[in-house]
Amino acid sequence: MSDDAHSAYLPAGLPIPVAEPDGLSAPYWDGLRQNRLMVQRCSHCQTWQFGPEWLCHRCHAFNPEWVEVEPRGRIFSWQRVWHPSHSALRQHGPYLAVLVELPHVGGVRMVGNLLGDPMQPVTIGNDVAGFFEHHPESVPSYSLLHWRKQ
Amino acid sequence: MARSGNERSLRGRVAIVGIGETDYYRHGASPDPEFKLALKAILAACDDAGLDPRDIDGFASYSDDRSDASRLAAALGTRRLRAATMQWGGGGGGCCAAVANAVASIVAGLADCVVVFRSLAQGQYGRFGQAAGIDTISGEKAYLMPYGVLAPPQRFAMRVRRYMHEHGVQQEALRAIALASYHHAQANPRALIYGKLLDPTKYDASRWIAEPFHLYDCCMENDGAAALVLVPEERAREFRNKPVYLLGAAVGSGYRTGAIPHNSPLYASASFDTVAPDLYRMAEVGPSDVGVVQSYENFTGGVVMALAEHGFYKPEQANDFLKFENLIAPSGRLPLNTSGGNLAECYMHGFELVLEAVRQVRGESTNQVKRNDVAMVIGGPMVTPVSNLILGSEATL
Repeated sequence: MSDDAHSAYLPAGLPIPVAEPDGLSAPYWDGLRQNRLMVQRCSHCQTWQFGPEWLCHRCHAFNPEWVEVEPRGRIFSWQRVWHPSHSALRQHGPYLAVLVELPHVGGVRMVGNLLGDPMQPVTIGNDVAGFFEHHPESVPSYSLLHWRKQ
Repeated sequence: MARSGNERSLRGRVAIVGIGETDYYRHGASPDPEFKLALKAILAACDDAGLDPRDIDGFASYSDDRSDASRLAAALGTRRLRAATMQWGGGGGGCCAAVANAVASIVAGLADCVVVFRSLAQGQYGRFGQAAGIDTISGEKAYLMPYGVLAPPQRFAMRVRRYMHEHGVQQEALRAIALASYHHAQANPRALIYGKLLDPTKYDASRWIAEPFHLYDCCMENDGAAALVLVPEERAREFRNKPVYLLGAAVGSGYRTGAIPHNSPLYASASFDTVAPDLYRMAEVGPSDVGVVQSYENFTGGVVMALAEHGFYKPEQANDFLKFENLIAPSGRLPLNTSGGNLAECYMHGFELVLEAVRQVRGESTNQVKRNDVAMVIGGPMVTPVSNLILGSEATL
């Protein structure tokens, strides 16, 4: 799923994701760096939860367990962005952002970019597979999870 | 519409007796610092009421307004400070909540003369529409910004796209909202869009910001300030204007609306599913009683959802209801954003909408509607917490 030869989908210079000072989302970001998608699942009531929280929203057990899940899903919504809301995106042209629902993970949703032609037709319900994009030279280093149509 | 006994309610207990605003400016064009803008708007509201600013004993605002209550009280020389409330989170979604908090302070006996205001100079403190000066990011935005979901247009486009998908809403419904705002601004000399016309062809030809938002679906970014003054209803007739009463207000959002990133269970929503019923219950009116609506347009798509959630139409009827002729003063089916609002008057973070609702009930709008006894304001769709309110004339008490 990872392809080191693939260049980054968006230009360098956008904000770099890091875990909060309290480390809440560290397992998620650490997982992406290892080509693993980690999501919380409560070990008491099996409820999936994303984004992470210190508490299971259903049964109130603390510290929901982190579980590796398969990075696949279907497009829940999408947008084609034209206006550069950051200096790094000036002159870049349109790009696609998608909201992907993961039915096998309790229907949690994740935002990413849809790889490929930014003018490709996008349909809600399209099946997509995850793609890990690594930025090892960045300081700090980080990885993102993108999607491509299946 | 009789008052309901001992039930806890703000209905009819507090009146708006003064409104005021500064000149409105394009972002970066204000000759005055932001705090000075706040002072000017507050003094204008007091002047409108015929009230000594030293009698103010409370301040309320939202979205972490930088014009601090204690600094305002010191600058104005108010005799004492008794209420200082800041609505948590939600940006422009707090524009009605700030009023509700102020009214609640008065009803609870904590204060007697409260100013509600918003001062905002985006040109001095950074534009909402640009993400700059951020090297690393954590929390909700970490899941969004690295993917180019940076500013409000990108943060809200997918909610609207999903809503259009679920309910078959067409682009023309969004367009009608933009056209109504631009139309109303042509009669409003305060409006930054005054003299700039918009027609369907120009809308259709305008550039995309983030699909499904064209340029004209997006609010402006501005500098200015706006304020109003509240007193208990028993004092309402001491002042020179026709009193305008708060009939109801509501704040909040439904089950786990705050689940980030984009994980709210009811995603294709403006966040009023629980808040709108609360408002109608307190105000003791229904959608058919409302003569005019100011509905916060961060983006036109949010208005489509918000009006449906307030019961003006079912989502599947949005294409039929949201026609230009239905949305304009004086006698459209539901005159909407009659000052031009965030799209065409000024993006005063929604507070200009509250002032316009007051003008409508007074009968002083530049786009005066015929049915003006009951006026609604809907704040900041798609965020959490959102808020709304209904104002009424003395006849509605």
